[in-house]
Amino acid sequence: MIAMNFRGPFRVRVDRNKPMPEILHPGDAIIQVTRSCICGSDLHLYHGLVPDTRVGMTFGHEFTGVVVEVGSGVQKLKVGDHVLVPFNIACGSCPFCKQELYGNCHESNPQSTAVGGIFGYSHTAGGYDGGQAEYVRVPYADISPTVIPAGMDLDDAVMLTDVVPTGYQAAEMGGIQMGDTVVVFGAGPVGIMAARCAWLFGAGRVIIIDHIDYRLEFARNYAYCEAYNFKDMHDPVVFLKKETGGLGADVCIDAVGCDAAGNLFQSLVGRKMPLTGGSATALHWAINSAKKSGIISIVGVYGPLDSLVPIGNVVNKGLTLRANQASVKRLLPKLIDHVMAGRLNPKGLITHRIPLEEVAEGYHIFSAKRDNCIKPVLIPSSAYAA
Amino acid sequence: MSQALEDKNTFESDLDRQIANSPKDIPGWGIDANPENDPAYPMKHRNGADYERLNYTRPPQQPVTVEILHSIERPNVTAVFGDTLPPKGVSGAIRRYAFKHSESTYMHWVPLVLADRINVVEGIIDDIKNGHFPNLIGERGWAAEWKYNKAGLIKNVAIGAAITYGIIMLIRNRRKVAAED
Repeated sequence: MIAMNFRGPFRVRVDRNKPMPEILHPGDAIIQVTRSCICGSDLHLYHGLVPDTRVGMTFGHEFTGVVVEVGSGVQKLKVGDHVLVPFNIACGSCPFCKQELYGNCHESNPQSTAVGGIFGYSHTAGGYDGGQAEYVRVPYADISPTVIPAGMDLDDAVMLTDVVPTGYQAAEMGGIQMGDTVVVFGAGPVGIMAARCAWLFGAGRVIIIDHIDYRLEFARNYAYCEAYNFKDMHDPVVFLKKETGGLGADVCIDAVGCDAAGNLFQSLVGRKMPLTGGSATALHWAINSAKKSGIISIVGVYGPLDSLVPIGNVVNKGLTLRANQASVKRLLPKLIDHVMAGRLNPKGLITHRIPLEEVAEGYHIFSAKRDNCIKPVLIPSSAYAA
Repeated sequence: MSQALEDKNTFESDLDRQIANSPKDIPGWGIDANPENDPAYPMKHRNGADYERLNYTRPPQQPVTVEILHSIERPNVTAVFGDTLPPKGVSGAIRRYAFKHSESTYMHWVPLVLADRINVVEGIIDDIKNGHFPNLIGERGWAAEWKYNKAGLIKNVAIGAAITYGIIMLIRNRRKVAAED
């Protein structure tokens, strides 16, 4: 089958002879992929920032597809079902899954206890091949995969596997109160979705900060928010203090993670060398831009090494830090309702539809921010027959 | 923590809950407890499952048919796992070493980063062995760069060529001087 093949930092190619995935566990299903996004967090892998990313791996944790085979223990899904597959691999029976922490499953990732299994996200997240392929193995098929509701656009469905739930949970974890000022760092797809979802919780003002003008323009129109370029400021923290009456924002959301620009030292030790868990510039600014007693919501992805953040200010300001991988299955019923009712328009984020065969160009366009790219979706040619 | 204490840790999952039963005799124990004060809310719907520790009913075990490295912070491999790309070669040896250390140490993560870089070279060697010379320009997606940022690509290639030419000339000159001496 055709699949994306990682060859090293900034190098991927199409593998035309990748062996078909097989059922390895009674709860497995094999899915024929119909849509697969490149996620901003895939770029952390692509840039070589996630340890134990082995050459030959197929990335992709945001995908939809048609069930073509199921294991002997699968009861809910059947061959022919068209499903959206949350990026979390969740068993449904460990203490964390039982409490709806599906992103923290204890039975899907032997390599690390800090993170649950994630499709196509290195061996630090379980060593599973991902959905940037024609076919993919989906463990625990009865738990998270969800049949796409009748009438839902496939492009909306694929965005419900990660981008929408992660953006929504970023706002949810912010504990936004009616009238709150919310600052989102990062105008990538998740940041834009977090800004859009902040309104659902009653935010009074939403500000997004980035350094790419076309993304800020997109965010302004899509998420109805204020958008500012930190390159136009002497100091984004001072700018935000002035914009919020001198006290700081009620809620700050880090939707950037380890690839953040804006601080030379952080970039050197976190991205170029890398000696830390990534460049934590966005989180640093979030902590310093929040009001005393404010809430910091973190959905940006960081590596497992230590990160440089002003933890003393967290203590002295009495901040609350909330963070997690999105619990997609928990949020899906509510988010499907929002999409079907027209309150959210996920497919509006998609700017590029790229054949899977051109995956190297797709990664480069997204990584280098060419052609005003916000969100690329890969489509295998075999998907048209599925 | 002493080595002896670490050796004692056998993932006895109900041990800490047995200890937790004894403070009930302390005056005032639990009087101000507030189950709703859970920092993990709203993601977590608390139902006490944490206190099962490792005593929950596990899903069936996926057969282990290839080498799977697992964190020493857990007693076993998980019920399912990815079986792609088992460790091999020099990078595999380094990964095995890394997994002798906990996720809490640099001795785990730094060797993994090193293994990743060595794995890139192994990948190129494997490609050549299999009769496939890697298309480094294609794999880097530079066709898209040519399409959307032609001027920038030409500029970068020119800068790269100039630097390479400069380094070659510097080396040549040094060799020439050394030969004359």
